[in-house]
Amino acid sequence: MPKAKAKFNGRLQMQEIEVHPNKNSIQWNGKNVDLSDHSWEAPISGTVYGTLLNYQGALDQMGDALHQEPYKSPPKAPILYIKPKNTITGHQTSIPMPADVSELEVGACLALVIGEKASRLSEEEAMSYIEGYTIVNDISVPHKSVFRPAVKHKARDGFCPAGPWIIERDAVPTPDNLTIRVYVNGECKQENHTGNLVRSVPQLLVDVTEFMTLEKGDTLLVGIPEKPPRVKDGDLIRIEIDQVGVLENRVEKEVRVGGVKS
Amino acid sequence: MKTARVAFQGGIYQATEVSEGVQLDNGQRLSEEEVVWLPPVEPQTSFALGLNYFDHASELSFNAPEEPLVFLKGPNTFVGHRGKTYRPSDVTNMHYECELAVVIGRQAKNIKKEDAYSYISGYTIANDYAIRDYLENYYRPNLRVKNRDHCTPIGPWLVNAVDVKDPMNLALRTYVNGELVQEGSTKDMTFDIPVLIEYLSSFMTLNPGDLILTGTPKGTVDTKVGDEVITEIEGLGRLINTITDEKS
Repeated sequence: MPKAKAKFNGRLQMQEIEVHPNKNSIQWNGKNVDLSDHSWEAPISGTVYGTLLNYQGALDQMGDALHQEPYKSPPKAPILYIKPKNTITGHQTSIPMPADVSELEVGACLALVIGEKASRLSEEEAMSYIEGYTIVNDISVPHKSVFRPAVKHKARDGFCPAGPWIIERDAVPTPDNLTIRVYVNGECKQENHTGNLVRSVPQLLVDVTEFMTLEKGDTLLVGIPEKPPRVKDGDLIRIEIDQVGVLENRVEKEVRVGGVKS
Repeated sequence: MKTARVAFQGGIYQATEVSEGVQLDNGQRLSEEEVVWLPPVEPQTSFALGLNYFDHASELSFNAPEEPLVFLKGPNTFVGHRGKTYRPSDVTNMHYECELAVVIGRQAKNIKKEDAYSYISGYTIANDYAIRDYLENYYRPNLRVKNRDHCTPIGPWLVNAVDVKDPMNLALRTYVNGELVQEGSTKDMTFDIPVLIEYLSSFMTLNPGDLILTGTPKGTVDTKVGDEVITEIEGLGRLINTITDEKS
């Protein structure tokens, strides 16, 4: 069984576990444990960098707009943004729906967790800088333009559920060949594939570390597939990524969320 | 009071300003050149403002934004006083930006501007370099322009909020190789500090150690390898930085 690291509520250290990525039980200290027996904290601790328009479908969706004002031309380099610390939350926590909006957008992301300080990587060595993979739900308030950084839309409290665990790199031999599915209240609303990335996993690491250093523990999101599903108060979001796991969170009006399990 | 974080002989210390240089928290007194200066706070969530001085916006042929133009920066971008910042060999326009940096002192959500100052622990100086060649008209500003390693010198001191009587009326100056090249006042910000804290805390929680870099006035010009750039803010000190090439 693949190895993973998780952070359980009430434990200071990350715990080493063994997992069936798409099943409901794990092994911890050699014993089978049900996933729902624990409350999960986000397994990530560094800076979370997201990548915009890195699925070919998401780029195509921009259409002619990319050549017109204010964009003028398609991007030449990766377009990155940051999900700050106040956004990060764990598996099976509530995603706060702010009082001033009625819908949120689901951002199903494969997340690369960096294993050692990474600067100016070559394509050959890039993969060896990955410690493992996790799932991030990069929640946004729906917005059209990507001309300005969408801090008000993407940096709200609890808008970055991550987990449930970091699965070791070797358990995912080809991260550019993974199916991603988003279920809302049990119904499949989005399906895509990391084979559709504009910049593959190693290429993205090369292009990002050309201008900035990723530290051990930082997380790089490879992108959000086109046509992200919208969700409302009370909806249960389930993101499945082959070989990586399942991340589940419920949307709940902000006034009712106190950081507890949903 | 002015405090700094410095490294000396392999240790990391809090330091305070004394007439002959710095005093470490173990009592040792040293000159300014004997220590390695670190960013005065360990950056957590760091905000930077784009086009927050009307004269700078017009200098760049933009209209001033209708709501604050905010972007976020990662910890990799910060470097301390007397640090070095690398200029890539192929760029044609890399300019300094002298900015007042606000440090948040306690957790803040839904703060009204009338109460905003009580959430500030202090102020420091940032020099938020931009490489305009990488701007691409496409997505402005993105991390390739604004989040490069060591492209944001910060410091030297964290100056306690109580010691800065009116942060909205401070002179900012930048000198390149001793020559005055940029001069402005924080009173010319489009969105002032209380408005920025009200705006940011209206949709997210600010936490102690969070930084807000409040933008730069006009007077930003290209700098070259070897240039010594000093960004200075009235009452806060002088932040020195040197531009280097890849080899150094």
